[in-house]
Amino acid sequence: MTAPAARRGERIAERLLGLYGRMLLLRRFEEEMQRLFLKGEIHGTLHLYVGQEASAVGVCAALQPGDTVSATYRGHGAALAQGTTPEALAAELMGRTTGACGGRAGSMNVIDRPHGLLGCYGIVGGSIASATGSALAAKRTGGVAVAFFGDGASNQAYFHECLNFAQVHRLPAVFVCENNLYGEFTPMAQVTAGADISARAATLAIPAEKVDGNDVEAVHAAAAAAVARARAGAGPQFLESLTYRHVGHSKSDPGRYRPKEEVEAWKARDPLTRARTRLTDDLGVAESDVAAAEQAVERELAAAIERALAAPYPDPATDDARQYA
Amino acid sequence: MSLEFRRAIVDALAEELERDERVVFFGEDVAAAGGVFAVTPGLYERFGEERVFDTPISELALAGAAFGSAICGLRPVIEVMFGDFMALPMDALVNQAAKYWYLSNEQASVPLVVRCAVGGGGRFGAIHSQIPATWFHGIAGLKIACPAFPADAKQLLKAAIRDENPVLFLEHKRLYSLKGDALADDDVPPLGVARVVREGADVTLVSVMKGVHDALAAADLLAADGVDAEVVDLRCLRPLDVETVLASVAKTNRLLAVEEGPAPGGWARGLLGAVAEAGLEQLDDVAVLSTPDTPVPYSPTLEDAFIPGADAIAATVRGRLGIADVRGAA
Repeated sequence: MTAPAARRGERIAERLLGLYGRMLLLRRFEEEMQRLFLKGEIHGTLHLYVGQEASAVGVCAALQPGDTVSATYRGHGAALAQGTTPEALAAELMGRTTGACGGRAGSMNVIDRPHGLLGCYGIVGGSIASATGSALAAKRTGGVAVAFFGDGASNQAYFHECLNFAQVHRLPAVFVCENNLYGEFTPMAQVTAGADISARAATLAIPAEKVDGNDVEAVHAAAAAAVARARAGAGPQFLESLTYRHVGHSKSDPGRYRPKEEVEAWKARDPLTRARTRLTDDLGVAESDVAAAEQAVERELAAAIERALAAPYPDPATDDARQYA
Repeated sequence: MSLEFRRAIVDALAEELERDERVVFFGEDVAAAGGVFAVTPGLYERFGEERVFDTPISELALAGAAFGSAICGLRPVIEVMFGDFMALPMDALVNQAAKYWYLSNEQASVPLVVRCAVGGGGRFGAIHSQIPATWFHGIAGLKIACPAFPADAKQLLKAAIRDENPVLFLEHKRLYSLKGDALADDDVPPLGVARVVREGADVTLVSVMKGVHDALAAADLLAADGVDAEVVDLRCLRPLDVETVLASVAKTNRLLAVEEGPAPGGWARGLLGAVAEAGLEQLDDVAVLSTPDTPVPYSPTLEDAFIPGADAIAATVRGRLGIADVRGAA
């Protein structure tokens, strides 16, 4: 191997190790939140991102400071991928003062502006509007606005109205549909005419690409290209990330409507396992280096949860919420 | 100097577009065509398509784009052509724009304005004549401005554009051609301050937009009966200036709220509740004059009877006071 080729291999390995570590943080965070939910530390409901980690991590790694992300009620992954600290996110889920929104928002509505997270939206499709407006502002500032949304959102007015709006006004938006094959409890193909979501974007002459959403390198490459095109003034871009959630829709859903074989087949394509295998088997990263990265994630997460659990709940007596800005 | 209501609107937009480059204005047919009510001509030519532009007929996308751009540094003003169409962008306004300041723990404000033409009397039928204020009245975080006079229209729109919160700015279609005195100074008042537009001692009439003019005309009719009516123009429905109404009622002890819309769930009954809560000892009588509890009819005879005008207001006051119509008696 030539020296430049070797250096290039090292850079690829280094980047994938970083992406893998971030995906592991998302995975382990959700597993810990599940545990804390069952202990009563998290209230209401939770929509876990387990299985879809490559989408958020691959896309957000392609962004620059000043770009924005709008996500969904299944948004913990997008938040962590953008750099929201696990402590601020866990504390928000627990309703504590140190949460990203001081406990006012909760799991479904996290907002973290310092990390470019405009918001997570509790209504299906809401992220598409947020990103469309952000892209309108970004047209002046040079940034790019990303929307994450699910397959279910492709049947919402938000999808059709905002994609058209963004295209006719040539807005620098990247619309990322995370197609996990189920809109809540219902199979996508059963309620989505044509069963081809990126084809809908293509009818608006928006460049649209399908990508293996469980391959973080593929997602990252496709996202980097789409973001670059949007930034260069080519108008909105569309990415359909084909993926799967390993768990039910929310905490009230065990996901029994999905065939066991289907779930097992997708678990066999787990984005974390695939990235790890590629690191050790294809890219020659030492097992000890991967293990060290994994241990670092565990330490970070454990410390974050400990601090979040120690934080106080907001006190209604001293709550100083202002009605208006 | 005389100022036409629609001119007040476009002047306010032009002055704010000039004053602050973050202000943008977009909607259906607002730019090249100058607005279907001919309210916004010349802005597109003066400020260019980056600042003033036409959009698809997509009210949800319009409001969503306003929300998303407002939290990212712009100060958008959008036009939703008819108030009735406000059913379409509800989610972007109610669940996104109105809640962002609070939910984000005050990380960012949402300085956007939604202008729309509202109200009956134009023979537009049930779905182009409503006043959607009460659909939004219970939404924390929103403001609702609804001017009656050209000078107020200009000042309140400027205040709305400078406000850090989402503001619904309602323009009554029957007022667009109204002329009134222009203000000499350029003081921009805060939103949520009512004004006594006619002083009186016997009864307080409260309304907004066209209803204020009907109340003023009714006050003239009542003067012939020896009834001295005070008229309060709320100017905003959210925040609602209950204090000014309480001060008036302390003087008159009688209150009639005139609402162009059905009484159930309306702002008028809400105002009566707030006044009773704070000033029950001041009250000898309270009443609401509203429309019938049906959709707005089309036929001119039906629509004219449907909307409470000056005669209906005066008759209601006489009825509450138990006095005969002097003209009827004559």
